[in-house]
Amino acid sequence: MKVNSFKIGRTLVAGAFFTITSFAMVSCGGGGSTSGADSTAAAGSSDNMLTGAGSSFDNPLFSKQFSEYDKANNQKINYQSVGSGAGISQLTAKTVEFGASDAPMNGKQDSALTAPVVHIPITAGAVVLSYNLPEVKDTLLLTPGVLAEIFLGHIKKWNDPKIAAINKSAKLPATDITIAHRSDGSGTSNIFTTYLSKVSEDWNKTVGKGSSVNWPVGLGGKGNEGVAGLIKQTPGAIGYIELAYAVQNNMAYAKVQNKAGNYITPSIASVTAAANIQIPADTKVSLTNTDAADGYPIASFSWVIIYKEQKYGDRTLDRATRLVKLIQWMIHDGQNYSAALTYAPLAPAAVSAGDAVLKSVTFDGKPVLQ
Amino acid sequence: MITRSELPLRVINSSPEAVAKAKARARRSFRQIRTENVFKRTLMIAGLLMIVLVLGICLTLAWQSRLSISALGPKYLWSKVWDPVQDIYGAWPFLLGTLLTSFLALIISIPFSISIAIFLGEYHPKGWLPNFLKNAVELIAAVPSVIYGFWGLAVLVPIVRSFESSIGVQPVGVGIFSSSLILAVMIIPYAASLGRSMISLVPSHLKEAAYGLGATRWEVIRSVVLPYTKSGLFAGILLSLGRALGETMAVTMVIGNTSLIPKSIFAPGNTMASVIANEFTEADKPVYLSALIELGLVLFLVTVVINLIGKKIIDRFTND
Repeated sequence: MKVNSFKIGRTLVAGAFFTITSFAMVSCGGGGSTSGADSTAAAGSSDNMLTGAGSSFDNPLFSKQFSEYDKANNQKINYQSVGSGAGISQLTAKTVEFGASDAPMNGKQDSALTAPVVHIPITAGAVVLSYNLPEVKDTLLLTPGVLAEIFLGHIKKWNDPKIAAINKSAKLPATDITIAHRSDGSGTSNIFTTYLSKVSEDWNKTVGKGSSVNWPVGLGGKGNEGVAGLIKQTPGAIGYIELAYAVQNNMAYAKVQNKAGNYITPSIASVTAAANIQIPADTKVSLTNTDAADGYPIASFSWVIIYKEQKYGDRTLDRATRLVKLIQWMIHDGQNYSAALTYAPLAPAAVSAGDAVLKSVTFDGKPVLQ
Repeated sequence: MITRSELPLRVINSSPEAVAKAKARARRSFRQIRTENVFKRTLMIAGLLMIVLVLGICLTLAWQSRLSISALGPKYLWSKVWDPVQDIYGAWPFLLGTLLTSFLALIISIPFSISIAIFLGEYHPKGWLPNFLKNAVELIAAVPSVIYGFWGLAVLVPIVRSFESSIGVQPVGVGIFSSSLILAVMIIPYAASLGRSMISLVPSHLKEAAYGLGATRWEVIRSVVLPYTKSGLFAGILLSLGRALGETMAVTMVIGNTSLIPKSIFAPGNTMASVIANEFTEADKPVYLSALIELGLVLFLVTVVINLIGKKIIDRFTND
């Protein structure tokens, strides 16, 4: 049988060409964001869309705010919920225009920057202690000392005298305490460990604070959902999750004693109260262990971070103005959408601090906002 | 293939039609030679591309972990503490977790894989029920690993928890045991499929000779089929082990994610792939990031070493 060699040759060459070009396209088009989302437009591109990346905690609020802003002002915003750390890296690499983080930038991240940035508090959230004790009908009360000892593994059973001393009316069972913590690096862990480091010298020395720490005891779950799942399934479990998550899943959470000595129920009101304190000019303040009398002690701001000098790359004044106007809207009118999604609206002190920071943002040396 | 009759060795007839025909034949032959060359070159490029890719991955991992290697040195491998706050990193708990879960999963899955391979390859190679079984086993491999993780968390972990409370261990449910069980289910298809095709390739004259000597079914399998397919079955098992070593999502959901060394088989632990998946996006310090990449390098090297040992064992089998 005569084989048409020319046709085979052509097909083979075409196939090889196709494979090689597809490899080339993959290797050139790759790189960029770690999590699947739309491709980011480089800062300063002629596209109308503003780009941001960062905290997954802020993501539900931002989705609502950005869609409302688009309806009112015809301005599209692309936000990738890749986590605070990744958001800061992308801002440092100038692949996005704003980053969002549950913790202000630390020393190492600061040193990687090529130009100064400013932080604007955009919302506040609480970390609640959720537990699985079906026999205990009243809300559990916890003091900072007892909480630290539970998470250090010193208190091992629920009917320990230290817990019973604060919860006199509750009948605590003799179950072992199982701790649930985050296995992935997270802003929630950062807030919780910062609080524990402030209230317990023991914790500060042995474990410290950070988005990932060396937990002395306990099981790790991935994301808020992982920790919530562990708590719901393990009798005698206690763990820390975001307030929004606990409320939406009808989980029981404890009242924690704050610095003033009051037992506070975590709620939107108590988080806003915690934020109503003296805020420094750079707004990098931690709300944990707040001085406010009726503030919940394990709360924190979430910040939007932008470059102080907006003229970099091929950015225009128009683009910088649109970005700053967006953030200004987010801290004023945008706060109306917070309560419905269980985020705490910013206290007046925080809003005015944010306004002051926005007024300091410049383009080519001149303030962007007139 | 260029046949002898098509090669114009000698032009006997020099009439114009014969010369034209000879020229056409020559053109066709040269085209065929070129086609052969193009084909061989394409195959070589594809092969070399794979080698370049693997070497590239290894070099990238090594280069990106140079910060951690210079900061921590070789004691990274046996250090037990993973503390991102104080920048102290040690891979030993995760190395132990990976090896424990993978080998335990392999031990649990081997009887099932080999049984399925023998059943489908030897006893019932044809028929609608064996076909259904074959497709079901291959479907196990097609299910995404996240689904296995969810199923494990929702179904398996409560069962293991009630089992643990019945034998008096702290009933957490998640741990090395649960993740080994899920891994075992996930890696069955690899050894089973490869084993089945190996077993069905045993030449029938060998088996018939054994039957002719009066051997029973079991004796034929034990003394003819299995020795013949030893290396193939072992290669399938090695493939399963490779899959188990690298499995991330299903394991990370049911292993408990602690950086402490597991004290018993029911204790929680962690694996290298799971740690990388969890902590990579939020690694905010350069040494931390580099330590995670070094963990990836360790996983890569462990896989390479295990594959080399496996190949050595297969060579030993085929030389016997």
